[in-house]
Amino acid sequence: MAQVTSQAGSHAVLAQPKVRVQGVTKRFMVKDRVVDALAGVDIEIRSGEFFCIVGPSGCGKTTLLRILAGLEKQTSGTIEVTRDPASDRPTNSMVFQEQSVFPWMSVRDNIAFGLKARGFSKRDRYAVANPYIQKVGLTGFEEALPHQLSGGMKQRVSIARAFANDPEIMLMDEPFAALDEQTKLILQAELLRIWEETRKTVVYVTHSIDEAIVLADRILIMTARPGRIKDLIDVAAVFGRPRQVEAVKSSAQYGELFGRVWGQLRDEVVGANGGMAEGSMSS
Amino acid sequence: MSIASNAEAGEIRQPVHVTNVLVEGETGNRRRISRANVERFISICSPLFLLAIWEIAAQTGRIDTRFFPAPSAVFRTAGTMIQSGELWANLSVSLVRIAVGFTIGAVPAVIVGLAMGLFSPVRAVVQPLIDALFPIPKIAILPLFILIFGIGESSKYAIIAVAVTFLVVINTVAGVRNIEKVYLDVGRNFRASPLMIFTDIALPGALPMIITGLKLGMGVALLVLVSAELVGAKSGIGFMLWQSYQVFQIEKTYVWLLVSAVLGFASAILLNGMERVLIPWKPR
Repeated sequence: MAQVTSQAGSHAVLAQPKVRVQGVTKRFMVKDRVVDALAGVDIEIRSGEFFCIVGPSGCGKTTLLRILAGLEKQTSGTIEVTRDPASDRPTNSMVFQEQSVFPWMSVRDNIAFGLKARGFSKRDRYAVANPYIQKVGLTGFEEALPHQLSGGMKQRVSIARAFANDPEIMLMDEPFAALDEQTKLILQAELLRIWEETRKTVVYVTHSIDEAIVLADRILIMTARPGRIKDLIDVAAVFGRPRQVEAVKSSAQYGELFGRVWGQLRDEVVGANGGMAEGSMSS
Repeated sequence: MSIASNAEAGEIRQPVHVTNVLVEGETGNRRRISRANVERFISICSPLFLLAIWEIAAQTGRIDTRFFPAPSAVFRTAGTMIQSGELWANLSVSLVRIAVGFTIGAVPAVIVGLAMGLFSPVRAVVQPLIDALFPIPKIAILPLFILIFGIGESSKYAIIAVAVTFLVVINTVAGVRNIEKVYLDVGRNFRASPLMIFTDIALPGALPMIITGLKLGMGVALLVLVSAELVGAKSGIGFMLWQSYQVFQIEKTYVWLLVSAVLGFASAILLNGMERVLIPWKPR
């Protein structure tokens, strides 16, 4: 488990970041060889912010997210998540990739999984889960098993499962990476719509620049391994809310922003791949 | 599109054909489908054909009916054994032994296997015991079990249970360890209790392999049952098989062979049905 210190009861909510990552490092041992995955990461994420992390493959962005999720422990550094003292909601819930949906549970039971883990009775957790089934457009599929669903529908289940758990922060690990381009566009739009309703703080890891621009308030660009912070790009200053995916993608600023992010990333990808970066920017 | 048109024509009855339809062109289908039907017809005919030859050979004295009694004679003997109650009396004894032995072997094996798969200390303790004991031919333990549990039913239950246990444990462990890691990550991220990870993730996740273990276990259980009854019993399929041989009632020997074959067949159907009910998500 990561050291997630809870800071409850502070009234200086505006000044205080929702998530504060300080000096987080991660060191692995791979066959007697020391591999530094993260080399001192400091991030402050605002409450209600949609925060995207992009970086070259193997830069440790997923490791950082897994540390935030409590699935791995940092070697050093601290992570603080500001909690609402009045509620007992969980600190974080993760949207995993689509293969994370349990094949032996119905759509409804998958979505209610976190609530069951928190000790909700069957009636209570279904009552909480049902609106989320509707929100992600799976009405009529409550009793279906995942193998009866398409990849996009499974990913809707994974998203609803995390939202239904009503966490302080949402963590998303390339949730749409395995989907085809059209399904991805539709799900990005739906994710934005659901997020607009809840305004949860989201930390979203992706290798797709395009996806980061469409979704994020701010984009954190990480260096090649060992992962450090390379740049922070303020997308919210360019594209307001609520956002239309198509409108963002067809605007002039989009291309300019894409160029800025890619300009930063390019050096890292070239570094990481030993000059093989040409043509490898496909998201 | 060829699927639909052929289905309307009433040509597709089994999903088996669908693959052929997808591969073959429109004109090729009909020939391929009819060939599949011909093959099924042949599959039914070939054993019947063999029985017919056997019957003729026995009737005409081409084979020694002391060793190879005519199929008609075997079925006639089976009929009288059913009427006299001899068949059911012994079959039921064997069925109870299988059921009891299988249950007391399989149920703890699933629990131990799940614990071993989830917790490496448990694995460290139990794995060497399994590695050491599994290779022992189970029937070789029977004398010891008769000594410990007596000549009665307990020793039969014990030997079947032991034979089943190993296969179920080994397959359950493999099932748990092959569960996608991401499922366990979900369990941890959503703060599921160890009990819930056990019941909601490890058990269903390992279920396909557990069922495989049960199927293998059932095969071995039948083997061990008949062997144990041959050696140390006063009733049951194996005992009757041995007795009929000793008094040289070879028709009866064949009947008991037939019964054990049907038993194996029926248990396979039962477990396949159980698999369909318990693992509706398994692709087939």
